[in-house]
Amino acid sequence: MYRINIIGSGLAGLSAAITLAENSVACNLISLQNSERAQSVLAEGGINGALNTMGEDDNTENHFNDTMKGGVYLSDPNAVDGLTKNAPQIIRWLESLGVPFNTSGGEIILRNFGGQKKKRTAYARSSTGKIIMSAVIDEARKYEACGLIKRYCHHEFVKLLIENNVCVGALIRDRYSGKFAEFKGTVILACGGMNGIFPGMTTGTTQNSGDAACTVFAQGVEFGNLEMLQYHPTTIGISGKRCLVTEAARGEGGRLYIERNGDKWYFMEEKYPELKNLMPRDVVAREMFFVRRQPECGNTVYLDMTGLSESTWKNKLSDLREEIIHYLSTDPKTDPIPIKEGIHYFMGGINTNECHQTNVQNLYAAGECTCQYHGANRLGGNSMLGALYGGRKAALTILNISKKDDKFIDKSPDFKVLHEPFAEEASPIVIQKISEALLLGLGIVRNQKNLDYSLKKLCDVEKNNNLNLREKNRIFLAKAMIISALGRKESRGAHYREDYPNRDESFQKTSAVRFNNGEIDLKYRDIPERRISANENQA
Amino acid sequence: MKIKLDILRLENSESEPYRQCVVFETDDENATVATALTEINNKGNYKDENGKTVAPIHWECSCLQKKCGACAMVINNKPQLACNARLKLYEKKGIVTVEPLKKFPVIADLAADRSIIFENLKTMKIWLESQTKVDECVSESVYDASRCLQCGCCLEVCPNFYVGSDFFGMSGTVSASKIISSAGGEQKKEIAAAYKKHSYNGCGKSLACRDVCPAGIDVERLLVNSNAAAVWGRKIGKKNKKA
Ligand SMILES: Cc1cc2nc3c(=O)[nH]c(=O)nc-3n(C[C@H](O)[C@H](O)[C@H](O)COP(=O)(O)OP(=O)(O)OC[C@H]3O[C@@H](n4cnc5c(N)ncnc54)[C@H](O)[C@@H]3O)c2cc1C
Ligand code: SF4
Ligand code: SF4
Ligand code: FES
Repeated sequence: MYRINIIGSGLAGLSAAITLAENSVACNLISLQNSERAQSVLAEGGINGALNTMGEDDNTENHFNDTMKGGVYLSDPNAVDGLTKNAPQIIRWLESLGVPFNTSGGEIILRNFGGQKKKRTAYARSSTGKIIMSAVIDEARKYEACGLIKRYCHHEFVKLLIENNVCVGALIRDRYSGKFAEFKGTVILACGGMNGIFPGMTTGTTQNSGDAACTVFAQGVEFGNLEMLQYHPTTIGISGKRCLVTEAARGEGGRLYIERNGDKWYFMEEKYPELKNLMPRDVVAREMFFVRRQPECGNTVYLDMTGLSESTWKNKLSDLREEIIHYLSTDPKTDPIPIKEGIHYFMGGINTNECHQTNVQNLYAAGECTCQYHGANRLGGNSMLGALYGGRKAALTILNISKKDDKFIDKSPDFKVLHEPFAEEASPIVIQKISEALLLGLGIVRNQKNLDYSLKKLCDVEKNNNLNLREKNRIFLAKAMIISALGRKESRGAHYREDYPNRDESFQKTSAVRFNNGEIDLKYRDIPERRISANENQA
Repeated sequence: MKIKLDILRLENSESEPYRQCVVFETDDENATVATALTEINNKGNYKDENGKTVAPIHWECSCLQKKCGACAMVINNKPQLACNARLKLYEKKGIVTVEPLKKFPVIADLAADRSIIFENLKTMKIWLESQTKVDECVSESVYDASRCLQCGCCLEVCPNFYVGSDFFGMSGTVSASKIISSAGGEQKKEIAAAYKKHSYNGCGKSLACRDVCPAGIDVERLLVNSNAAAVWGRKIGKKNKKA
């Protein structure tokens, strides 16, 4: 057995690496940049787990139900069962690694987050991802020092090495020296969301270019629910990207309004008296879109946080306030701020089973690059959890099926100059064209006409440009997104079709796309039944 | 807004450096050096002030919102994050210099190899040996230390840090302070010794590093606390009494 190759060192990759190391299995941890630069450090609001520390009688079954409902029943219930049952223990693990969560009387306190009726989100002020990453990176460093984890920072995943539908390794390029090496053995993809498909339009990092996803799609790896894009309701435009205003702003009491005939209309509170401003993100984003369209309303939705207490600003949202003042020159403590929807999360991604195996043998995937756990809409606070749990689950699957007597081969990969043509990057101009074509169809509100037009535009880009391999692969994945959105003739979660505004139970299936001999095949896969009495603490 | 970027270019670690001046124009009032570098590279056929096409400029970035430390470089002679360096500040002068961090080996153009920062953390054993729960009274300083971007700006200005030195500079000190606050048992002694060797002994306490830290970490407080605990063996965590 070779070292396990983990592509990506955000929360999912780190979690997989640590789990393997805890079980004395060695891995290579490969990423474009150091973990400190991964998107996971950007997470602000928190991580979910039914710790039940707030006297609200919460339990993991509630967490399960909210997650399934939030994802409009497109998630694998057995996977979500494992996720939610293990969540409290994962947060306790983080606490034991030295994460300074906000506490009261020594006990972790939880905040409200969208789509959840109980307080269930643990946090470290409003930099939760950064603070968690700092501790998890330290834990990984312990195993780096003893050689179990071997880091390859500034290294790019180029492609999978596949023989007879078995993954036998990955081709890796050192971005500093420009040399290539074959990394033999099992691969776990933990390469994050596909932000780079929509440059400048997402809240995430530029590092997650989407190239890894496009390549493995073109290599035959199955993707699921690609039509499910999460628009976060509260983002602000800053130079070069959308900047997130965390959902914690609403969790702590922030309110959305629009001006209607000169008055403030708190539309979410009027339309959804139970969860109000904390409805799942798909609902909030869509309502914002619709109220802006009403002739008696203004063009801008505002987030009003002026009612938050001094202590909330100081102890829970200090970083957020500083950020808003920095970027908008407005103090959210005294003035409402204008906000807009922005692309925030990719529910769709590599299709895995609940053990995180893909359709290619010896290839696993975890974290935001997969479509596991979040169905048609992800709940805030569930994705760091999904990355940590998913990385661990993938590692445990590998540990379970690997043979104990397998001899360990620790051979350092040999970096060489590549003597064949290699496309170093997709041209920013082509990337922009593809993004623009996609956005014609994949807005918050969709219909057949726009999606058809979007597909036509993608074909034009393909025809009219002399594309390199990366660009071609990008077109394939882009087309698969549109084909998935065209196929789902219903409205569910983040996918709202004005020509099919209702949910259709016959579509309660995963839309699964594969690239096959130059064609994109779309199939619908049944969602498994939940097993009765699933065990506590499976992973 | 119109501004000239005076960029220090280097094709690779073996080639000769040269300067290239590029005039950048934008309507974006909040545009930063990162915006300029992105747009110059994206356009593909940007011309410098002599009409020469600007070859792609190498630099590292990731979050574009000053949270990941990737884009640290020397701008207007000060180490800072390109995504936080607003061009407006230099509009009056009309020109801004953009150079790589110089304490580290340069890979190409504005990308420097900062691996040493991470190697040093390994040498200092920045991790917790046994599971611990952070005490509420140190939670605030652990939080502050956890915010370190490992960007290297502090090392760039530090008079005592160089690659290969036994002194690891403020990024090491800040990270160590986290462990000093939380570690128990044998590890307490071990981290104190490492701290003395790699932080305390080399540090002149001039605090030049404090003024450049883009995360605004209260390095002075962490330094004072860690010195007290690791060097003088005092207990930390009690609220800092203001002198
Ligand atoms: C602004 C913001 C706020 C958020 N807030 C929250 C929150 O409050 N709660 C929550 O639960 N979630 C939140 N999220 C979502 C959450 O942060 C991410 O979904 C999660 O961290 C993803 O982790 P990951 O490990 O899958 O991927 P990432 O952390 O994105 O890591 C991806 C890794 O893959 C590597 N990589 C990518 N491509 C390649 C390649 N070609 N070759 C080699 N390596 C490659 C990268 O270098 C990186 O190391 C937020 C996201 C954003 C953007
Ligand atoms: S106080 Fe001075 S010597 Fe010490 S780390 Fe900072 S800059 Fe370097
Ligand atoms: S202490 Fe500040 S300047 Fe130094 S590496 Fe950390 S964030 Fe950067
Ligand atoms: S790109 Fe992350 S700090 Fe500038």
